[in-house]
Amino acid sequence: MTPLSITSRTLAAALGGYALSALCAMALAVILPMPRNEAVITGILVAFLLCACAAIWAFSVRSAWRAWGGIALVSLVFGALYLIGSPP
Amino acid sequence: MNGSFRQSMAWLHTWVGLLLGWLLVAIFITGTSAYFREEITLWMEPETHDSTLTPNTLDMAVAVLNDKASDARSWDISLPSARHTVAELRWQPLQQRQQQGGGRNRGESVSMDADSGQVVEPRDTAGGNFLYRFHYQLHGIPREVGRWVVCLATMFMLIAIISGVITHKKIFKDFFTFRPGKGQRSWLDAHNATAVLALPFHFMITYSGLLLFMTMLMPWGIDAAYPENRRDFFSEVFSRGGEEAQRPGNPAEMVDIKPLIAQTEAHFGKPVTRIGVTNPNRDNAVISLRVDRDPAITARQRGGDPVQVYNGVNGELQETLLPSEDPVSPSWRIYNVFTSLHMARFADPLTRWLFFLFGIAGSAMAITGMLLWANKRTQQLKRDQVPGSSLKLVNGLNMATISGLMIAIAAYFIGNRLLPVTLENRGDQEIQVFFLVWLAALIHALLRPNRSGWQEQVALGTVLWLAVPVINVLTTDSHLFTAVAWQHPALASVDLVCLAFAGAGGYTFWRLIRKPAPAKHAPRKKPAKRTAPSTTAPAGENS
Repeated sequence: MTPLSITSRTLAAALGGYALSALCAMALAVILPMPRNEAVITGILVAFLLCACAAIWAFSVRSAWRAWGGIALVSLVFGALYLIGSPP
Repeated sequence: MNGSFRQSMAWLHTWVGLLLGWLLVAIFITGTSAYFREEITLWMEPETHDSTLTPNTLDMAVAVLNDKASDARSWDISLPSARHTVAELRWQPLQQRQQQGGGRNRGESVSMDADSGQVVEPRDTAGGNFLYRFHYQLHGIPREVGRWVVCLATMFMLIAIISGVITHKKIFKDFFTFRPGKGQRSWLDAHNATAVLALPFHFMITYSGLLLFMTMLMPWGIDAAYPENRRDFFSEVFSRGGEEAQRPGNPAEMVDIKPLIAQTEAHFGKPVTRIGVTNPNRDNAVISLRVDRDPAITARQRGGDPVQVYNGVNGELQETLLPSEDPVSPSWRIYNVFTSLHMARFADPLTRWLFFLFGIAGSAMAITGMLLWANKRTQQLKRDQVPGSSLKLVNGLNMATISGLMIAIAAYFIGNRLLPVTLENRGDQEIQVFFLVWLAALIHALLRPNRSGWQEQVALGTVLWLAVPVINVLTTDSHLFTAVAWQHPALASVDLVCLAFAGAGGYTFWRLIRKPAPAKHAPRKKPAKRTAPSTTAPAGENS
């Protein structure tokens, strides 16, 4: 791995991973069909695990671009879910 | 990415481990001590030791409160327990009611000797709370910054755990493999054994560590579901039940609390541990008697103890409150289980020791991982090649965090006994002793990042841990040779653990000075390599 690739993957893991898990927490908090506080805690429980998985993903795929791409894709899905579920 | 998925995981595990390893070792060691933080605090306040619960303790407590705060807004009496020898008396003065601006109003408090009724003023010390706070927010930097740094390390550890599991295709076979006396291999086996043995514990402690700081780390879900006000979430979930304080009524004589206590203890079949009085010495006084609830790890952490509430003037029973039987939803159950396991507040003494041992296993895992990293690179050196400066740095930092931290903790305890009791800012000075000694150990480690450096630090650590109980004999009346210490097993156990650490340190030292066995491939001897077979020695040395 080149230093550039390592830097890029590290940023994808840290910033991308955090953004991904934040969006996951937000999406699940508004979209799950359960009382609000339960949806919130469920989202948080999943979000932390997802953050770790995102970091692992970032270092296991073939290229740094792919690391960013995968994280961005899942983030977009959660972002869309949040927009669908959030109160108008 | 070169090689297979497993190789990239091994790479990630190695480098993430190295980057945050030192911090994790320090967090693990201080965090493990936190399972006994009340015992440590007790030990560090020898002025409170000679105090035992008597039938008259309550009467004396009421007398003290009447003397100090007869017209308070409320009183609160905590009777002594196995982990706390004195009675704690707290009260909220009437006047402070208006200035309820921001922070919690803690009111005032004194500690009372439970058999003489005298107010006790223990020496100024942060006690076990210093080590406890260090493990989640470090020290000397802004609290928020420290917490974020610790949480970052925690997330790294979660990543290291997951990637570590992936790295081991033969995880169970590895667990049952131990090849002592083989340098590098032994370290790897020890690292695997401590990691896999306590894997559920490691996962629990890291994941719950993140959950405990979820409001700081991940507030986005709360904000998304409660756009109006984040506080609604907390009041929905963590409310402790409203305590609507009435305005103080007219002066009146209060009923004798003792018979009420007998009544409540008969009702619940348990001793009353806390007594609260609202509007004491008024005609609307209310007395609430609390017993400890049965521990349940899925329950909420705070509140919910069984309480009986009495009219404070005529002694009539007003209501009996039991822990709420509301079904807890699955997600909250998961949250509750993880966070209660992390703090082990529910634990009886035996379980607490078990957690302590798991914490030691965790420290050992982090330590063996760090030593493994340095050892591997030392062995890769060619014959007569001198270790490079980066390897020396890693070696030095390993030494400073492992033996250096253990030396500093021992020095913290010794400082507690030797610093003059009347010293100004004594509590802070004890903490300074801790950091100065740790700094000295760091400098020494960086100057001598080799086998003799390790020998010197381990020897010093052994002497200091042995010195703790000895100095305790010389400076207090509640040491291992007195009944007072044994009356409170919590006290004796602190001294005994110090002796155990001294023993483990002595054993490590012995392994370090023994001449290395003539290895077949004659790898270069390097720091602590020879301690390899004694997985328990470095482990036992680190609480």
